[in-house]
Amino acid sequence: MLSKKQARAFFLGGTVVTFLVFIGLTVYSLSEAQDQTNYENLTEQVVRGKNLWDKNNCMGCHTLLGEGGYYAPELTKVIDRRGKGYIKAVLMSPVPWAPNGRKMVAYGFTPEEAEDLISFFDWIDDIDLNGFETVISPLAKDKN
Amino acid sequence: MKYKSQKVAYWFFALSMLLFVLQLVYGFIMGFAHAGFDGLHEIIPFHTAKAVHLNLLVVWLLSGFMGAAYYIIPEEAQHELVSVKLAYVQLISLALVGVAAIIGFHFNIWEGRKFLEIPRGLDYLVVVNVLLFLGIILGTLYKGKRRTTTALVLTMGLFFAALLYLPGMLPFDSQVMDSFFRWWVVHLWVEGVWELIMGGILSFLLIKLTGVDREVIEKWLYVIVGLTFLSGILGTGHHYYYIGVNKIWLIVGGIFSALEPLAFLAMALFAVNMYRKGEKKHPNKIALFWTLGSAIVAFVGAGLLGFAHTLPQTNLYTHGTLVTAMHGHLAFWGAYAMIVLAIISYALPNLTGRKLYDGARGRAAFWMSNIGMVGMTVAFGVAGVAQVYLERIMKMEFMEVQKMIEIHFMVLIICAILFTTGIILYIIDFVKYGQPTDEALEINNQ
Ligand code: HEC
Ligand code: HEM
Ligand code: HEM
Ligand SMILES: [Fe+2]
Repeated sequence: MLSKKQARAFFLGGTVVTFLVFIGLTVYSLSEAQDQTNYENLTEQVVRGKNLWDKNNCMGCHTLLGEGGYYAPELTKVIDRRGKGYIKAVLMSPVPWAPNGRKMVAYGFTPEEAEDLISFFDWIDDIDLNGFETVISPLAKDKN
Repeated sequence: MKYKSQKVAYWFFALSMLLFVLQLVYGFIMGFAHAGFDGLHEIIPFHTAKAVHLNLLVVWLLSGFMGAAYYIIPEEAQHELVSVKLAYVQLISLALVGVAAIIGFHFNIWEGRKFLEIPRGLDYLVVVNVLLFLGIILGTLYKGKRRTTTALVLTMGLFFAALLYLPGMLPFDSQVMDSFFRWWVVHLWVEGVWELIMGGILSFLLIKLTGVDREVIEKWLYVIVGLTFLSGILGTGHHYYYIGVNKIWLIVGGIFSALEPLAFLAMALFAVNMYRKGEKKHPNKIALFWTLGSAIVAFVGAGLLGFAHTLPQTNLYTHGTLVTAMHGHLAFWGAYAMIVLAIISYALPNLTGRKLYDGARGRAAFWMSNIGMVGMTVAFGVAGVAQVYLERIMKMEFMEVQKMIEIHFMVLIICAILFTTGIILYIIDFVKYGQPTDEALEINNQ
């Protein structure tokens, strides 16, 4: 039968080996050559948009890259689905945006802030998501 | 064996229960909003409710874990806590930081990352608080007469949980990097180091409740936490399938996360077998219910329901839908909420000297909360599967689908009422136990 010592060796050995592999894979997949995000296109405007995204916790209602709240539409590929004009109207609306009855927060962003957020979505939309992008965009049904 | 410093644990448990009730209030706010009643939108919009629901969950569980450690470590190490005064300082500062964060969420003060919404400034206070906690625990272990595997695994879990909070504080310009390292916290907590905490508490409770030999229990504890890390570390890859990083994670994450249920299966088999083997019939049956219940429900919620959406082929469609919420509820409930309720049920009679563990109320609390939570899981599951089919496969509009599944949130609310009634009964018992006394600790702790 397994002894306590062997059980401990199994625990320590398994942990160390998988941890090292994990670190190795992390370094590999985050290396420049493996970039799927067009990191070079991450402009200052995109970063300003991201900061607005974070500061207002949009992720509390929406998902982005499939992460967040399940209360409001997934926003990856939102520009494909709605177009920039529509999104600008949503973001600048002085009253809660709710064409389908469910309310968004009325942020009333300035045109510049809205542009920043849109350029953030633009950057997100170009990321290679290993196929997820074809599932979440209704336009995808025409494409696949 | 009497350790008066164990009394501190009581106050951590009390804080834990208070925040738990508050968490449920915000759950109802979200449930009603999903069902079409967002009357509170102007005061507590959905994203505020969600951030509060999640952070209160984490804080009440951590407070429960800390209470558990303050209760277990003196007994395992056979030594009083090195400083009771500092433990109270730590309790109060934990409560203050938690409450400050929660209030801030109502005023748009947060970082928009799910589970890690606490703003940076408060993050540093969290770190200081946890260091203080670890100092007291490690100091006690160091001075203690013995160092058991149970105490070591519990402490290791708490230590690494603190360490893993740090990657969540790294600033990034890229949303993808943010997400990547958010999982080092969220995933490596719940599918890694928190399982050590759970395993440690479980093993302590089984030793006390079943009377099975410590050597046997602790040997299996090593096997369980071994399985946890063996599968869970590389299992992190199941969050990297579709966020914009290399495809290699589809293979690595797929294989290793599919093995994760083994650790939970082992935990359930371990608990049930030790119970069967045990000769001692401890009178505290209700603590035994929660202990075995925790191991079994964790296997269903984390193991089975986690497996249900962890393969890349499935996750492609379920990623970021209510299916995730279904799994999240039963997993957190079984693995972490129930183990905290188990250690509280075990500790209270010893701390206070009152033996309320035969009452009908305790049993009703157990069954109502569990049946309620299973009902909620089914409601989320039905809504989630419908969402996946209609939105992701039939390509219907998000909001159109949401209207069609509103009814399932009425079912959710009804089940949540049953669940909450169970929790209220549990808390009534908690209050009836009264406060801890030195005399009780002297008599009861054998
Ligand atoms: C309280 C929840 C909530 C928050 C917070 C929130 N939104 Fe929304 N948002 C919604 C809802 C609900 C809709 C859909 C409204 C409808 O169609 O009826 C929506 C729609 C949108 C749309 C249009 C998407 C579409 O497919 O029609 C965009 C773009 C958007 N939100 C961006 C944002 C941004 C950016 C933020 C953060 C600054 C944000 N939202 C914060 C709830 C929220
Ligand atoms: C009164 C009971 C409860 C109700 C009505 C409730 C309701 C909800 C709702 C509506 C959501 C939001 C889903 C979304 O983003 O759209 C949610 C999220 C969540 N709740 Fe609860 N909840 C309750 C109790 C609990 C309990 C007891 C736990 C833990 C044990 C829990 C853990 C979670 C978690 C982890 C999430 C996040 C899920 C995710 O984003 O994937 N909840 N809850
Ligand atoms: C007690 C242990 C567990 C808890 C508390 C838990 C909880 C959660 C929560 C809250 C989420 C949502 C996180 C977020 O979006 O930020 C989640 C996601 C996920 N969990 Fe678990 N989980 C556990 C174990 C497992 C296991 C063992 C598996 C696999 C076998 C698993 C598979 C998944 C997957 C695949 C997702 C991603 C869902 C998506 O793509 O949207 N989980 N889990
Ligand atoms: Fe995970």
